[in-house]
Amino acid sequence: MKRRKTSMKKRQFITNTIVHVFLAVLGFIWVLPIFFVILTSFREEAGQYKSYIFPRAYTLDNYKKLFDQASSLTYGRWFINTLIVAIFTCILSAFFVLCVAYVMSRLRFKMRKKFLNIAMILGMFPGFMSMYAIYFILKGFGMLEAGPLKLVALVMVYSGGSGLGFLVAKGFFDTIPKTIDEAAFIDGATKWDVFRKITIPLSKPIIVITILNSFMAPWVDYIFAKVILGQDRKYYTIAIGLWTMLEKEFVEYYYTQFFAGCVLISIPIAILFLIIQRFYVEGVSGAVKG
Amino acid sequence: MAGKKRKRSNINTSLRDVDFRTAFMQGNGITKLSAVIFGLGNFLHKQIIRGLIMVSVEVAYIYYMISFGLDSIKNFITLGTKVQEEVFNETKQIYEYVTGDNSMLCLLYGVVAIFLILGFILFLRTSVRSAYANQKRAELGKPIPTFKDDLSSLLEQNLHKTLLFVPVLGILCFTIVPLVFMALIAFTSYDRNHQPPGNLFDWVGLDNFIAMFAKGSKLSSTFWPVLSWTFIWAIFATFTCYILGMLLAMLINRKGTRFKAFWRFIFVLSIAVPQFVSLLTMRTIFNANGPVNVILRNIGVIGATQSIPFFTDPTLAKITIICINIWIGVPFTMLTTTGILQNIPKELYEAAKVDGANAFVTYFKITLPYMLFVTTPTLITAFAGNINNFNVIFLLSGGGPEAIDYYYAGKTDLLVTWLYKLTITNKDYNLGAVISILVFIIMATLTLLTFRHTGSYKDEEAFQ
Repeated sequence: MKRRKTSMKKRQFITNTIVHVFLAVLGFIWVLPIFFVILTSFREEAGQYKSYIFPRAYTLDNYKKLFDQASSLTYGRWFINTLIVAIFTCILSAFFVLCVAYVMSRLRFKMRKKFLNIAMILGMFPGFMSMYAIYFILKGFGMLEAGPLKLVALVMVYSGGSGLGFLVAKGFFDTIPKTIDEAAFIDGATKWDVFRKITIPLSKPIIVITILNSFMAPWVDYIFAKVILGQDRKYYTIAIGLWTMLEKEFVEYYYTQFFAGCVLISIPIAILFLIIQRFYVEGVSGAVKG
Repeated sequence: MAGKKRKRSNINTSLRDVDFRTAFMQGNGITKLSAVIFGLGNFLHKQIIRGLIMVSVEVAYIYYMISFGLDSIKNFITLGTKVQEEVFNETKQIYEYVTGDNSMLCLLYGVVAIFLILGFILFLRTSVRSAYANQKRAELGKPIPTFKDDLSSLLEQNLHKTLLFVPVLGILCFTIVPLVFMALIAFTSYDRNHQPPGNLFDWVGLDNFIAMFAKGSKLSSTFWPVLSWTFIWAIFATFTCYILGMLLAMLINRKGTRFKAFWRFIFVLSIAVPQFVSLLTMRTIFNANGPVNVILRNIGVIGATQSIPFFTDPTLAKITIICINIWIGVPFTMLTTTGILQNIPKELYEAAKVDGANAFVTYFKITLPYMLFVTTPTLITAFAGNINNFNVIFLLSGGGPEAIDYYYAGKTDLLVTWLYKLTITNKDYNLGAVISILVFIIMATLTLLTFRHTGSYKDEEAFQ
């Protein structure tokens, strides 16, 4: 009996070791590209591809040059552009999403089921399928005449159809027990009061998720920004700006700066993402426990 | 008191929900006339402000129709008749461009006009129904709601209208109108040879669809391979990430595994980095002269000047893309499945252990069925998302390697990236629109077939 126990322990030890080694190898593969990005961002030698992996010398210049005013690719400006677009987008879309989600979850009216079906089909359309139609519409109404207007157009594009992304928030509202609402109605509250004073305060996790998600969209979107901003480099957002750095005419000079830019932009986004993760666990587990 | 209130609101509800046909048929003369003069039924029952709003909408609409609308409709049918011309100006002694009609704008304004007409019809119905409701209330001797009542109802019975108004307006302008506009382009000749403002394009019926499916044409010999690769890609991308991600989550969740949080963090780190950054990085890493080839050269697997064609060989490019997608997708699945895996009742596993089932049997008989049951909706969404996975293909290979026998597409192009190339690079908008419609049909069938059978759709009130 005792011998069997030790042999089992031994076997368990071996499997555990194998699992840990395996995880370590996988983890290494998963971290390697990130490591490569950071390494290259500190590389002193300019130019694109080298016949070695580790840089010969390290420098901070790549980061400094990003904010060089004389440069034709203005990273600092792109950053501010994206920040402005992101702030307005997240306010508008969060508002839209929460309104639609609450209505679909709590209110019952004639067109409700129809609206849900239509929303589901429309949601299947990736937004950029209609991207050039949107482009023509914005152009037709003169929204693409000047740079700042293009940024306004971008905010409209990002937040305009966002009401369709209500499903997650609706799922959250669905978990708030209806009895709470009913108690409030008995006390004479209107539906608006319930929305404002009960549902919204109870929904912090989902509000944070919605806001952060829509805040992140402009930082990582490539297609819409490219279509709407065209060749107007001064008004680029970060994503297309970085893409431009890899174009043939720039890549030799900007290759290392591209990676520096990637590192700089990845840090805040990674932090936001990790925050969302924490809230997400809370959000999924529902608003009112017990 | 409460009972009385309930009763009154019942009458109000039934009056509100009366449909247009009965309202118009059973209404008296004033109600019927409200279809012509908006708000008449409101004015006569002292709902001055409501009536004013209705009338002003009607006046604005008629003004729009006379000044723009009728022309828009006419141009929408013809899509413009006057071509831009060069005319010799006698007084200035130079050639001048005389602007012709812009077919694209004709189409756009036409669509806008159609939506405004629909909106007008909606308003007409509201006017008649509201007049009918007032008529009934007057007959029954009920009080007629004042403007203040109307406003406060917007926060009570009509709260859905208040909350939905702006979002729906946004969806209408930025989703539905563009979709209609795009769908209409599929039936026109708006290609590279018919570019406004220099040229006109016209309605061509189903010609574009026929061209797309005509046997032996360059278009159809591009369409079918691209379509089949799209599906192969979607299937592989979805299931590799799903199964491997789940296995990874199980490996980390194992009882014996230590530093669980650390392992999770390592993998989550790679998705915390913006996707375009990791994709562009991957592209340089697997480039002909990128780090992977450099390492292989240094350790002598390939010659000093050789390189493995990760993105230039058609078959290898497809494999590379699927593998890179695993790198990107697996952490996502790991993250979403971790919680669900922890929710699987422990008794199931214990019972299986007592019955002497080994790891494989428990995986295929307990874990996988349970996971499939819970995650089917996410799986479908992921599949649909992969059919339209623009970013991965476009940022990694750009659709390449180019294929000579294709119509402006590469070997790894999905329908969506081909659509992008057709419209943005080549300006064949009509073909792009045809593909959009086809993709939409594929997606809509997929969704309706699968989503409607899921529990979360059928009994959404289960948890309320």
